[in-house]
Amino acid sequence: MAGVISTSLSGIRYLLDNLPEFWQLLAEHLVLVVASEIIAISIAVPLGVIAARHEKLKSPILSVGNVAQTVPPLAIIALMFPILGLGFLPSFVALFIYALLPVLVNTITGLESVDEGTIDAAKGMGMTQNERLTRIRFPLALPIIFAGIRTSTVINVGTAYLAFFIGGGGLGAWVISGINLFNMPQVFAGAISGAVLAISLDLLLAAVESRLGNSGPASAQVAA
Amino acid sequence: MIEFEDITKVYADGTEAIDGINFTVEEGTTTVLVGPSGCGKTTSMKLVNRLEEPTEGTVYVNGTDNQELDKIDLRRGIGYVIQEIGLFDHLTVGENIATVPELVGWDQSRIDDRVDELLELMDLSPEYRDQYPRELSGGQRQRIGVARALAADPDILLMDEPFGALDPITRENLQDEFLQIQDRINTTILFVTHSIDEALKMGDRIAIFDVGEVVQYDTPAEILSNPKNEFVENFIGENQTFKQLSITPVREVMDDPQAYESAESEVAPAADGGEYYSISPDSSLQVGLTRLLSIEHTTLPVVDGGEVVGFLTEDHVRSYFDSAGEP
Repeated sequence: MAGVISTSLSGIRYLLDNLPEFWQLLAEHLVLVVASEIIAISIAVPLGVIAARHEKLKSPILSVGNVAQTVPPLAIIALMFPILGLGFLPSFVALFIYALLPVLVNTITGLESVDEGTIDAAKGMGMTQNERLTRIRFPLALPIIFAGIRTSTVINVGTAYLAFFIGGGGLGAWVISGINLFNMPQVFAGAISGAVLAISLDLLLAAVESRLGNSGPASAQVAA
Repeated sequence: MIEFEDITKVYADGTEAIDGINFTVEEGTTTVLVGPSGCGKTTSMKLVNRLEEPTEGTVYVNGTDNQELDKIDLRRGIGYVIQEIGLFDHLTVGENIATVPELVGWDQSRIDDRVDELLELMDLSPEYRDQYPRELSGGQRQRIGVARALAADPDILLMDEPFGALDPITRENLQDEFLQIQDRINTTILFVTHSIDEALKMGDRIAIFDVGEVVQYDTPAEILSNPKNEFVENFIGENQTFKQLSITPVREVMDDPQAYESAESEVAPAADGGEYYSISPDSSLQVGLTRLLSIEHTTLPVVDGGEVVGFLTEDHVRSYFDSAGEP
């Protein structure tokens, strides 16, 4: 126990001694996560809407997605190297693929979990299919979709460490080289800052979600 | 007005839901479709706003074949209340009520006025406007459901087991309230229920369904006194006399006030030491008889708007039933 505390303290000391490098790694990490996550959301949510509407598309989309998720992140990262080479792009693509599924699954589940009585009422009152989606289904599914986005983001922060293997940069530089050199303070400095980053992003998304959930008309929620 | 003409409905899997029904719902009346589950009553109702389409036959809505009307416009012109209520949990009470007016593009001030008006009609205080449905009780939610259906002033209101999910006391209260609201709005109402008691209470006319067919279409009094066949008789169940008492208004049985004056000595005083013995002509005989049994006099004054309009005795009730040819 005492060992853990002293290693953590030495990790924080390492971080403070290398602040300029820390900021750079953190920035690389954040850019990778945020960019891949935004693209993943903007593809997974519409895809989920389409899948939820077409029964025939739903199971192929879900099974492809599930299979993709069973491939270890390291394998996806390694696969990207022969295809896209080294650097930001292959790392970004790998993270994007990995971030896609939780959002997609939750979008489909969320849209389908909306109470049928509610949909029946909306239909009976003369809402078109698009009005039912934008005014009723989507806003009601939003908490579940957001849960998917939050899970995906937190996982993404963890997976982004592996980007270092293919030259994508980020906090993996400290953790992975720290392990190789058996430099525990360096490993801790990288790991703790990643954990703090994951928690911060999660809290940020929770705040965004609660603002969306209680604001004005349904159309505004969809637009956001 | 709604007319069902030779309607048959067969589902894709071959199940026959409705087999040749014919009946007309008169304008401004309440018609109750009643029957055991799976008898086709809900399907029949959904044919009106085209949530279901008939296999054969025609549904006329205000004289027009509803197949010729645009589905969306048709539905926006018809109020719809369902058992699950189906309130939109992410919208406030006010926004829920405003749904159809907003869809058809009323301006905001007209919508606001209408929402206030409906909250008042439903006996809900204006502060509910900004609350969310989750925060309300089952009875309040169902009131909002009815208000929402009435929002755009529809000619026709469809109600599918609207009070079915409520506890008996709340249900009874809402039924009574709705009967009063019904008097104030001139809406043609199609009401689906599985409970014959609710049907007798709410309906001007009742269509009794049995596996896809309408077995009897009549007024509540006719159904009670002349059930068409054994199915109807069984469906009405025991206590037919009691049920008849509950649907017959005092007005139909009472004597006129001249007779009342000559029999003065026997009459319960309308006001006696602060106690008030009287009954309204619109109360049911069930209430009248109960009140008669609970007072020491044999005659009960019938009072309407502060004036004595007649009187009621046990003999009146008895002779009414003898002449009505009670089964």
